[in-house]
Amino acid sequence: MSDVVLPPAGQPARSSAPRGATVGKIFEGLCFSAATALLVALGGLLFSLLIGGWPAIRKFGFGFLTTATWNPVTDVYGAAGPIIGTLVTAVVALIIALPIAGGVAFFLTELCPAPLRGPIGTAVELLAGIPSIVYGMWGLFVFAPVFSRFVQLPLMMAATPGSLLEKLTTGVPNGSGILSASIILAIMILPFMAATLRELLLTVPPAVRESAYGLGATTAEVVMSVTLPYVRTGAIGAVMLGLGRALGETMAVTFIIGNAHGFPQSMFDSGSTIASTIANEFTEASTPMHTAALIALGLVLFVITFIVLGLARLMLRTTAVKS
Amino acid sequence: MTTSVGKIARRRATDIVFKVFCVAVTVVALAALAAILWSLLSQGLGGLNLDVFTRSTPAPGSRGGLANAIVGSILMCLLAMVLALVVGILAGTWLAEYAKGSAYGAVVRFLNDVLLSAPSILVGLFVYEILVAPFHGFSGLAGAVALALLAVPVIVRTTEDVLALQAATLREAGMALGAPYSFVVRQIIWRAARGGLLTGALLAFARISGETAPLLFTALNNQFFSLNLTHPTANLPVVIFNFALSAYDDWRRLAWAGALLIAATVLAVTIVARIVAREQRRS
Repeated sequence: MSDVVLPPAGQPARSSAPRGATVGKIFEGLCFSAATALLVALGGLLFSLLIGGWPAIRKFGFGFLTTATWNPVTDVYGAAGPIIGTLVTAVVALIIALPIAGGVAFFLTELCPAPLRGPIGTAVELLAGIPSIVYGMWGLFVFAPVFSRFVQLPLMMAATPGSLLEKLTTGVPNGSGILSASIILAIMILPFMAATLRELLLTVPPAVRESAYGLGATTAEVVMSVTLPYVRTGAIGAVMLGLGRALGETMAVTFIIGNAHGFPQSMFDSGSTIASTIANEFTEASTPMHTAALIALGLVLFVITFIVLGLARLMLRTTAVKS
Repeated sequence: MTTSVGKIARRRATDIVFKVFCVAVTVVALAALAAILWSLLSQGLGGLNLDVFTRSTPAPGSRGGLANAIVGSILMCLLAMVLALVVGILAGTWLAEYAKGSAYGAVVRFLNDVLLSAPSILVGLFVYEILVAPFHGFSGLAGAVALALLAVPVIVRTTEDVLALQAATLREAGMALGAPYSFVVRQIIWRAARGGLLTGALLAFARISGETAPLLFTALNNQFFSLNLTHPTANLPVVIFNFALSAYDDWRRLAWAGALLIAATVLAVTIVARIVAREQRRS
């Protein structure tokens, strides 16, 4: 009887099961190692930044975070300027981009005529993938001259001496600076945030939205009181994901922030971010301490973005689980 | 009655303001993005000619193109994709097939999501520390590793999502025929999911082909044509960065042409990825 179920001659029927089990073990092991390699990479990233930045951390201590002297000649480094620059540009970019991204997402989910919905949605998603260096170049060559002529100069002329506006607008009106960098960053994170928000809003069950309309709610009320609260946690996650991008962005900022160290004095003043400082100086670092200080800057950026991105992912996941 | 009429009028007014705001910001946003595409096209097309593809980066004022940078970028991206696909698909498979409900799997998944949007310049610093500084030299290999590190999280994410979408009955049918689980995963699930895996690979490729920051201090740059990845390697993003910030008009023209090439590549690859994904969904 047992002869009947044997496979064709030449294939070792007996040993196939154990061999399959071995192959299975090896395969599972390979998959497991690949997953572990991810952890090792992230751990290695943190570890290498710690090791590389250690000389600077040891020499300058906590003062590294709070002083704004960045002087490769005397080999004294304080990261307060780039840290403030990073936080200010990212937050201002978010303040500019958030209402616009929200408006675009609401428009696409509630107001847009059906034939346009697909094309505009797709266009927004495609634009989210454009490399940031393109945004940077556009900022430097196209945006900066226009911004200088039509925004910076008129504002500086209009500011009365001693007023708050004058304080905010001092600087060289060449189109680059903190505010310009924030605006370019905002344009860069805008498609990404709009696309994520739209995707979240599309997860709201139609019945929920329709019942709200059925009760006589206006579009504004449906969005603000029903669909947006429905995806609240995820929306905050999407916003923080955008913030994380803005914090770590290098190329879009390096072109247009002006690359000056120290505290920016106004919104039009030149400044620097952590990423732009590293991009500009790393290959030309003059002393080992200079390199170490730049890597320590990288460590600061790692910690900031890791916290922001971690929170963002946790919030997005909560929404995903709920829906 | 009058108060409720007033209330309705106010609600209507709010609604109109809201709608106008949404339409207005959409128009503004699309206009800004159209302006960027327009500059890219108008400035980039002017700089595109045959020289761009056949000659290497020139000294200021002389004739030249981007051939060395294009070839360098292609080589590094391909090598990065090979590395990233092996690690990414295996890791994604582990998450989807072997790590259900495991705490370790949850940790890997979470950290992968964080890596997905981690600042790319930090990946550059990391690779500099492990592959450039110890060997005292910038190299195309280091650049490829940096790009691979950026591509892996994208591939892990899409692989896990796509494999999780495959029907449980497919797995059960394979198992019922007596196939070992690893065989079912490789020969049945991977095969059924190959469109989705391809989409993930294309998206990862689109992501890394425009990355500049991680290449600044790994691959560096090279003025000459070279296929040797153990030396500094020319690549489009870094050439664009250097040329755009230079004071020479012809270098800036080349930078715009290069930016157009990269953006067009990214858009084309993303569109193909979307078409593949749609075909997959249909079948």
